[in-house]
Amino acid sequence: MLLLQSALVQSALVQAALGALPAARPTWNLALPGQLLGALGPDLLLAGGAVLLLLVAVARPESDRHQRAVGWASLGLVGLTIVAVVAYASRGALATEGPIAVDTFRWAVDIVVLIGTGCTIALSMESNPLDGILTAESHVLVLFSAAGMLLLAAARDLILVFLGIELMSVAVYILSGLDRRSERSAEAALKYFLLGAFSTGFLLYGIALVYGATGSTNLATIGEHVARYSLMYNPMLVAGVALLLIGFSFKVAAVPFHMWAPDVYEGAPTPITAFMAAAVKVAAFAAFLRIWLDAFPTVAYQWHNAIWLLAVLTMLVGNVVALRQRNLKRMLAYSSIAHAGYLLVTVVVANSLGASAFLFYLVAYTLATMGAFAVVIALGEPGERNQEIADYAGLWTVEPWLAAAMAVFMMALLGFPIAGGMGFFAKWYVIDAAIHAPHPQTVLAVILVLASVISCGYYLGVVLTMFMKPRPANAPAVRPVPTGTFLVIYLSAFTLLLFGVLPNGFVQLAHDSVPISMVGAPARAPVASAASR
Amino acid sequence: MLAESIALSALLFVIGVVGVLTRRNAIIVFMCVELMLNAVNLTFIAFGRVYGYGAQAIVIFVMTVAAAEAAVGLAIVIAIFRHRQTVDLDSINLLKG
Repeated sequence: MLLLQSALVQSALVQAALGALPAARPTWNLALPGQLLGALGPDLLLAGGAVLLLLVAVARPESDRHQRAVGWASLGLVGLTIVAVVAYASRGALATEGPIAVDTFRWAVDIVVLIGTGCTIALSMESNPLDGILTAESHVLVLFSAAGMLLLAAARDLILVFLGIELMSVAVYILSGLDRRSERSAEAALKYFLLGAFSTGFLLYGIALVYGATGSTNLATIGEHVARYSLMYNPMLVAGVALLLIGFSFKVAAVPFHMWAPDVYEGAPTPITAFMAAAVKVAAFAAFLRIWLDAFPTVAYQWHNAIWLLAVLTMLVGNVVALRQRNLKRMLAYSSIAHAGYLLVTVVVANSLGASAFLFYLVAYTLATMGAFAVVIALGEPGERNQEIADYAGLWTVEPWLAAAMAVFMMALLGFPIAGGMGFFAKWYVIDAAIHAPHPQTVLAVILVLASVISCGYYLGVVLTMFMKPRPANAPAVRPVPTGTFLVIYLSAFTLLLFGVLPNGFVQLAHDSVPISMVGAPARAPVASAASR
Repeated sequence: MLAESIALSALLFVIGVVGVLTRRNAIIVFMCVELMLNAVNLTFIAFGRVYGYGAQAIVIFVMTVAAAEAAVGLAIVIAIFRHRQTVDLDSINLLKG
């Protein structure tokens, strides 16, 4: 992963250099079918590879060995896709119109999603057999879901957004019910499915009404028509935007549409919970932000109060309810709701500064969430046991490295400086974006800080339990951590700390990664600042 | 015709939403979700008369997705039935707090 990230930083430098040249960048003409396929390269690679792997997965009966083989192949495919994305990103070509976006924002979201996907596969390969899950198809389903996420990151057309969301969600419905022997897993799947399908209905009706009001599903055209024909107060458009907002609030689990999330996160197999908390949320948010920036910049002002309220409620309710959780998975579920609130702040800001802060936050959040769930997996006992916070008492005395890594993840989610690594800068940039918005969101920034103070109560509570409480005599012995889980835990912790000390390359990368509709609009950072890093 | 079609589909959509919120049988809730999706399809068809046939292509996409969703959804309902011998949502309450 580190190699990859240094490659990313390099590609950012290449991009910055390209941006400085007066010559126009290469562009895709998406009206031509060949170019459209070319622009969808990484997506097609992942989706096509996943179809082939599905054939491989079902070719042999269930066994641990076969499951691992397919898992490794899936990891290889994710790695290949990451290489393809980095190659596309460093080429720096753009597409200014058409149904899909080719811009740095898309590539950045893709990388975050693919890192989350890789971690999920690595974790589930080793934790599934412990729960008696030997289906090789589970890894392929994760890949299908990831293909939907890549589509979401690219979509500049509401229909592609719908297809991406469904491709992503349908696979995750199955994944959350993966543990067929567990009643809780089946219940989680049912709840997720029913509420997911319900929210899809809202989303789709919203799309239909927006189409009815503007006559297009293309985001750029919608934005243009709304501005040209002054449709801001057209009742059909207002209803459509409201329904879209409700649909997305369900998907990202924003309060008051979050009721399903804790139940589903607790019942699903832990690697899948990590996947839902990190990658699914990232992709849904990316699409949400792009729709908001591209299609509704003129409507945003009128909806400002609604999203503002959504952000505040999500931050406060998520953090306050997390305080009284005893189960670590459930606590992390509420914490991920709270983080959706922090991310909503960047949607309220809705400019390029917000988009960069959003991307930086996603990286830190994904790494910390994946790491924290990996620790839960490493310490969990078969049958989803040993997941109470009290079970972590005195972990420091038996497994100092694991306890230290968990402390880093908790600090990163909290946004603590140095020990929390990137988490601190992530929160810093969100607050910075809020304060420097055209309409400064000072109150929102203050609420964000207050919500973070509340979150100390449970993040530091975990750290306190691990380091200060005595290990109970009847605590089960910690199993040796298997390789994949080991790598996920320590690479995430290392990356968080490293880029917490040296954040410049990443900041530059996030700064350069804005949706295509904003390229040229904001002042780009001079190349010198990237070179002097 | 357009106004009537839009009104009818809006009515169907509301019936679907009310059904999801009030019914307690998982299968019926799912049927209400399907009603919502089909109300949307009707809306698209109606708009298709104004904006051209693009909207009808969307309907095909929606139907495909709804079919995939139905396959997965019914499998999940069967999975829960095997555990509890019921699909009543009020009795499915292991996870809470």
